[in-house]
Amino acid sequence: MFKISTLLESLPLLAQAALSTISISLMSLFFGFLLGVVICAMRLSRWPLPRVLALIHVRFFRGVPLLVQLLMLYYLLPSIGLNLSSLVAAVIAVSVCESAYVAEILRGGFLGIPPGQLEAARMLGLGRVHTIVRIQLPQALRLTLSSLVSEMIILIKVSSLVSVVGVAELTRTAQNIAASTYRPLEIYFMAGVFYFLINGTLAWLGMLGERRLLKAHQS
Amino acid sequence: MKLDFSILTKNADAIAHGFGVTIGTWLAGTLIAIALGLLIAVVQLYCGRQVTRLLRAYIEIIRGTPFLIQLFLLYYGGPSIGISLDPIAAGTLGLGVYGSAYFAEIFRGGFRSIPKGHLEAAVCLGMTRWQMIYRIKLPQMLVIIVPALVNMIIVLSKETAVLSVITVPELTGVLTGIGTASFAFIEILLVLCAGYLALVELTSHIGQWVERRVGRFMLR
Repeated sequence: MFKISTLLESLPLLAQAALSTISISLMSLFFGFLLGVVICAMRLSRWPLPRVLALIHVRFFRGVPLLVQLLMLYYLLPSIGLNLSSLVAAVIAVSVCESAYVAEILRGGFLGIPPGQLEAARMLGLGRVHTIVRIQLPQALRLTLSSLVSEMIILIKVSSLVSVVGVAELTRTAQNIAASTYRPLEIYFMAGVFYFLINGTLAWLGMLGERRLLKAHQS
Repeated sequence: MKLDFSILTKNADAIAHGFGVTIGTWLAGTLIAIALGLLIAVVQLYCGRQVTRLLRAYIEIIRGTPFLIQLFLLYYGGPSIGISLDPIAAGTLGLGVYGSAYFAEIFRGGFRSIPKGHLEAAVCLGMTRWQMIYRIKLPQMLVIIVPALVNMIIVLSKETAVLSVITVPELTGVLTGIGTASFAFIEILLVLCAGYLALVELTSHIGQWVERRVGRFMLR
């Protein structure tokens, strides 16, 4: 019933595909984080216009399923004459969606910094940029590290949706192998094991990082 | 570019049906998930270490793998071990299993956040174990976890879009089908986004209302 040999034969292909899942997720996290910082800055801005725009961004991209966003980009880009490869389109879609979540996490981090810290920074004569870089950002990152790590784990999982628009990552490769071997149970099981291992490693790394940050904080 | 919404009125029946399937699978899946999650959380509280370890493994596995892979395993892999489900049943069950792990964690957190003094007081009053569960733990836990619960229910409403991949005829599947047949993608996708946004906004409003309603029990 459960054939181990198919499992073993599919291993090298799936391992390679797992690498591309990791790289898609890392790229999306990177760009999503950058955009998320911008969106977060807009949401905390003094002027109403950027605030409203950022709120619309967050509401929309958190309110519509990522699959729908992916399909949107996949179908709409060609109709306005842009021909991107499916990989690029997928990374863009996932990054933009990710930015909405990152922005909210960071906002929580910034708002979690005690106001006394800002008053103290002003008392000491620190400028705005200095205050952000040396007082707010380090503390916000420390407050949000665990949420950011779990966001990264979520990202690995949602990157499986990218398979729907034809990017050859772990899920897509598993689909292809399952279709050619007629052994969906074994292949999808193995793909699940790969995702589980990646996420387990990430969770472990996150825990280590958190411990180090805590130590640095105490000393 | 001109928008032609007649394609939508022409297919209004199919779209309405798709929306119905989305809401049906979502509600049924959520119910299964909450029931299963609550069961897992309660069993974890009152069973031995081995059982707890097994349930932890279940939760970690479900939370560590993508929903799409779980669906594929259930729908395409299921028949080889004798589980043959039609798409809607597989989708609903998949949603329930996926959600159950997250709900179990929410419930567990809720149980843990009940002050110890309440339990000690219950013991002093001579309550039995089950009395403590349903008179002290459950009511307080249910109030504490409302925000997390609403959040997860909203997440599940968006996960229903993934069911279209295993050919469940829900909103995303129906609309993209119409889109590929007519090439009216912009109109289709506008409706698709509006449908999900409406669903999410409505749910979060209901959630806020519930939060306010149960909030008064927390003040004492």
